[in-house]
Amino acid sequence: MRVPGIIYTSEKLMRGMGEDEGPKQVAHVAHLPGIVTASLAMPDMHWGYGFPIGGVAAFDMEEGIVSPGGVGYDINCGCRLITTRLHAEDIRDRLQALVTALFQNIPSGVGSRGALRLSAKDERQVLTEGSAWAVRHGYGTEADLEMTEDNGVMAGADPQKVSDRALERGKDQLGTLGSGNHFLEIEAVEEIFDAAAAAAFGMEKGQICVMIHSGSRGLGYQVCDDYLARMVKHIDEIGIPLPDRQLACAKLSSARGKDYLAAMACAANYAWTNRQLLMHRTREVFEKALGMGPRELGMRLLYDVCHNIAKIETLPVAGSDVRLCVHRKGATRAFPPGHAALPPAYRKVGQPVLIPGDMGSGSYVLAGTQRAFTETFGSACHGAGRVMSRTRAMKSCRGRSIAREMAQRGIIVMASGRGTLQEEIPEAYKDLDEVVEVVHRAGLSTKVARLSTLGCIKG
Amino acid sequence: MAYRVFDHTADLGVEVSAATLEELYAAAAFALFDLLTDLSRVRAGIARETVVTGEDPADLLVNFLREILYMWNGEGFLIKTCLVREAAPQRVKVLLRGETFDSGRHRMKAEIKAVTYHQASVCETEEGFVARVVFDV
Repeated sequence: MRVPGIIYTSEKLMRGMGEDEGPKQVAHVAHLPGIVTASLAMPDMHWGYGFPIGGVAAFDMEEGIVSPGGVGYDINCGCRLITTRLHAEDIRDRLQALVTALFQNIPSGVGSRGALRLSAKDERQVLTEGSAWAVRHGYGTEADLEMTEDNGVMAGADPQKVSDRALERGKDQLGTLGSGNHFLEIEAVEEIFDAAAAAAFGMEKGQICVMIHSGSRGLGYQVCDDYLARMVKHIDEIGIPLPDRQLACAKLSSARGKDYLAAMACAANYAWTNRQLLMHRTREVFEKALGMGPRELGMRLLYDVCHNIAKIETLPVAGSDVRLCVHRKGATRAFPPGHAALPPAYRKVGQPVLIPGDMGSGSYVLAGTQRAFTETFGSACHGAGRVMSRTRAMKSCRGRSIAREMAQRGIIVMASGRGTLQEEIPEAYKDLDEVVEVVHRAGLSTKVARLSTLGCIKG
Repeated sequence: MAYRVFDHTADLGVEVSAATLEELYAAAAFALFDLLTDLSRVRAGIARETVVTGEDPADLLVNFLREILYMWNGEGFLIKTCLVREAAPQRVKVLLRGETFDSGRHRMKAEIKAVTYHQASVCETEEGFVARVVFDV
């Protein structure tokens, strides 16, 4: 190992940790060339392929590498939280109708197609412009861009570096949720921990919010797949034997490394546009289903974060500012108060860190800290983290109706895939409260509010 | 054809065994499409031939599965049968039969995003070959 491996966890979360190979994967990452300070893992860490999920690793721009597997297949998978002027009691009677309308109007599930079919020219523009393309075409407002990480666009995107296969897959999936753990939830603010930060974020107790969790769909998976295959062919150039081909990588200073970053930026921009379109559709559905105007609903984007990404950022290392390539694979950026990347309205309190839970467990909003900036390359956890494989989850569900169990807890869930609800049962995930508590106590982000789930649509 | 699903926290692992390399690739193709869809509803109407190469048997297996997964994910083609014409450690030639997805007739069971290299292996045993591969779902 070139650097230490550091895992943020608690006694309770550690109990299940030896069961998979997550810790070993933290060690693997610590061997990679040019890694700086430490190979980190957040408390939601679990066994991935190559890099652990919940892993954070930063690399020197000259000596270091970029790894498609360190970003993940779903490039710029992330989430966005939308606040409203509604309160829980305003929609209690209409919740079922609202969830049904969302389920009917937001394409989800395996191989779902969106309402848009992009021309080759439009697709190239999406890949370079990101969310701004959506706003330019009437799917949102300028204010949405301000409240998106990096304003919803990653620089350096070059569609020439994206394969024909990836472009083909991207043509008709814009505005689709996808399947698996992706979701759209109607939530209510249950508890406020930090009144000043909550006020800055425009949150209050009882308020209805919408959380959207999705990514770059088939286009992103294909970009990752293409570049992994390409890098595996030149795996010897790294100069060290890799224990797992999935760790295949290229020097950041090499043509292959640069090509990947340019293609990855395209996928990141596709994902932001996708979430922007999903939000636009959600606004339309709310207006129609509740018979209310945009002003009355006041559906405002609180923030959008990505949690599968590699980014070139300037961060403090041993007292001086250094440009690094930070891989966050299942980790959220958590920039501190005062950082120039934050929208002015949040600059006093820090970046909103959105932590979606597993199905039915609600979500957290935290605020980024200086501690995260200096200790974890400005990163925090990204969710609850799986503990149970999908097959084990399915087995434990035999004879149970998950939809009914959820309904008994007052949560309406609708899913298009037959097995989705079983695979995504709450027991399959780590305890969200415990994961967030670790991050909070370690000072990597501080708790602002907790939201509870009222309704959920899944792929 | 038999395959076994093994536990992997976030993903789906598959182990296939066969007497020959030819049968191994055919079994791996069956496993992938059996996980994706209800194969009893898929007809073998269209034939396609393809050749895939790799650095070694494990790399070849990943490349082969990645190639046929794209036929579904990218082209909407469901594979019912896979006849392996030639199989060598670095090259495989197959004849695939299947049809284009029809939402009225076919039923998809799962989304498989990608075939990973993670712990991918092809081992020769006394009875033949055993391969393991992890799908990102």
